[in-house]
Amino acid sequence: MTTAIPIILGRLEISLIVGTIVGIGTSLLGIFIIMKRLALAGDALSHVALPGIGIAIAVGINPFIGALTALILGVIIIIAIDRHTTIPLDAAVGIILSAALALGVLFFPSAESLMDALFGSIFKLTTTDAIVGTILGLGVIIITLIKFKDLIHLSLSRELAQSEGIAVDKDEFLLLFLLAVMVAVGIKIVGILLLGALVVIPAAAARNIGRDMRNVTMLTVIFGLSTVIAGITLAAQLQMPSGPMVVFANVLIFSISLFWSGVKN
Amino acid sequence: MFLEIKNLTVKMGGRLILDDISFNVEKGDVVAVIGPNGAGKTTLLKALMGLLPYEGEIIRHQIAKIGYVPQRFAFDTAFPLTVEELFLLKTGRRSFWWPSSLQKADIVKALSHTQVESLRKQKIGQLSTGQLQRVFIAYALFGQPDLLLFDEPTAGIDIGAEMTVYNLLQKISREHKLTMMIVSHELNVVFRYATNVVCLNKRLACYGTPSEALSSEQLQKLYGPHTAFYAHNHKDNEEINNEKTADN
Repeated sequence: MTTAIPIILGRLEISLIVGTIVGIGTSLLGIFIIMKRLALAGDALSHVALPGIGIAIAVGINPFIGALTALILGVIIIIAIDRHTTIPLDAAVGIILSAALALGVLFFPSAESLMDALFGSIFKLTTTDAIVGTILGLGVIIITLIKFKDLIHLSLSRELAQSEGIAVDKDEFLLLFLLAVMVAVGIKIVGILLLGALVVIPAAAARNIGRDMRNVTMLTVIFGLSTVIAGITLAAQLQMPSGPMVVFANVLIFSISLFWSGVKN
Repeated sequence: MFLEIKNLTVKMGGRLILDDISFNVEKGDVVAVIGPNGAGKTTLLKALMGLLPYEGEIIRHQIAKIGYVPQRFAFDTAFPLTVEELFLLKTGRRSFWWPSSLQKADIVKALSHTQVESLRKQKIGQLSTGQLQRVFIAYALFGQPDLLLFDEPTAGIDIGAEMTVYNLLQKISREHKLTMMIVSHELNVVFRYATNVVCLNKRLACYGTPSEALSSEQLQKLYGPHTAFYAHNHKDNEEINNEKTADN
């Protein structure tokens, strides 16, 4: 099922719709990932998708299914290490990250498919990818907004969240599960190596200049959305991979926010 | 009877943390929970909140809501949540984004109990330990709890500010007719503010009014053989404080 999207809206327009959803979803989750200081874990999680995609291509199933399966497995492994062992999370994440990359490369049939997975190839989006990505991405955004207050409580203090009756273990799993789904959808846009930037940078930039949580959330969504749109448009114009362009746009926004916060202070 | 604790036992990872604890709390009591490090004081509070699995019984009569002030506050200085938003987390989903003027007024009123209403728009990551302490006491009171639990309310605060916090807690307890349980290491505080004291060392070592329960013999059992009390009068205060001193 890798037929190209029927050109009703045009490939660029379809890419922009999926990109918009990914930009909003990943950046919203990034707020909690940053507040819980899980940026590295979020990055490692995206790398776990690589062997999943490689195996899926090798056995002839949709790479999205391979990525999502590997990512959910990655979430379970990260949570199990964090809760049931004394291994420091950053060490465990470092090991998972390297192992996933090494294992992933072995399964890829061609250098081109490997480069697409690593750096993104939104213009090769299939009909299935676009429809499934849009539905899942919207689902993630809606659930994140519904659980927003509980996730802030959880990021603030596990103990305080528990005392307010929040099921912290379930919500922590939910946060990483939503991230896994969003990563699986976002890989086509920025690729595995650069996806961490899409999660972390909009929220980090918004935190530099936001005056409160609501303001930071609004700015995060605006940054996530605008950098993905700018990156995809620029990539289409320059005939370049979409991932690096999106990340450049994010780095630019972050640099401006850093300069602005310096001026303010 | 307000709160009954019967044969409470808590095990974590195969280790016995609390062993067969039983005592009762009456409405309006200020109960101090004391004991050496690792005695199970925080575990007792968590069990009371239902956050840990336990054996035995915890019977809450007339207790609908428990307020809790945790032991440690360590936030990233860039954590973007403001004091007002912290309180809004306790309101509805919609009101977090669009609070009414009534809700904002309620938050100011809650903050005024601990005289920190001026901090409403400050980010919590930028508050001092003492300011955070007052904000979280007001936060625990927001929503009108029947029982307040404080885990070492003055940890990390200098001695001057420490007494102010305890005076504040005493004032709140009287004004709101609240029942409180306070984990504390300071025995002078126990004598000055508590109506009852629970001594823990995995088991219940003593329970009663401070003057009944905290005999030298009990304290030595709890803290070791070199522990003694020396009572002395403060020149500027007629109340007698008792201080724990340890012979090192």
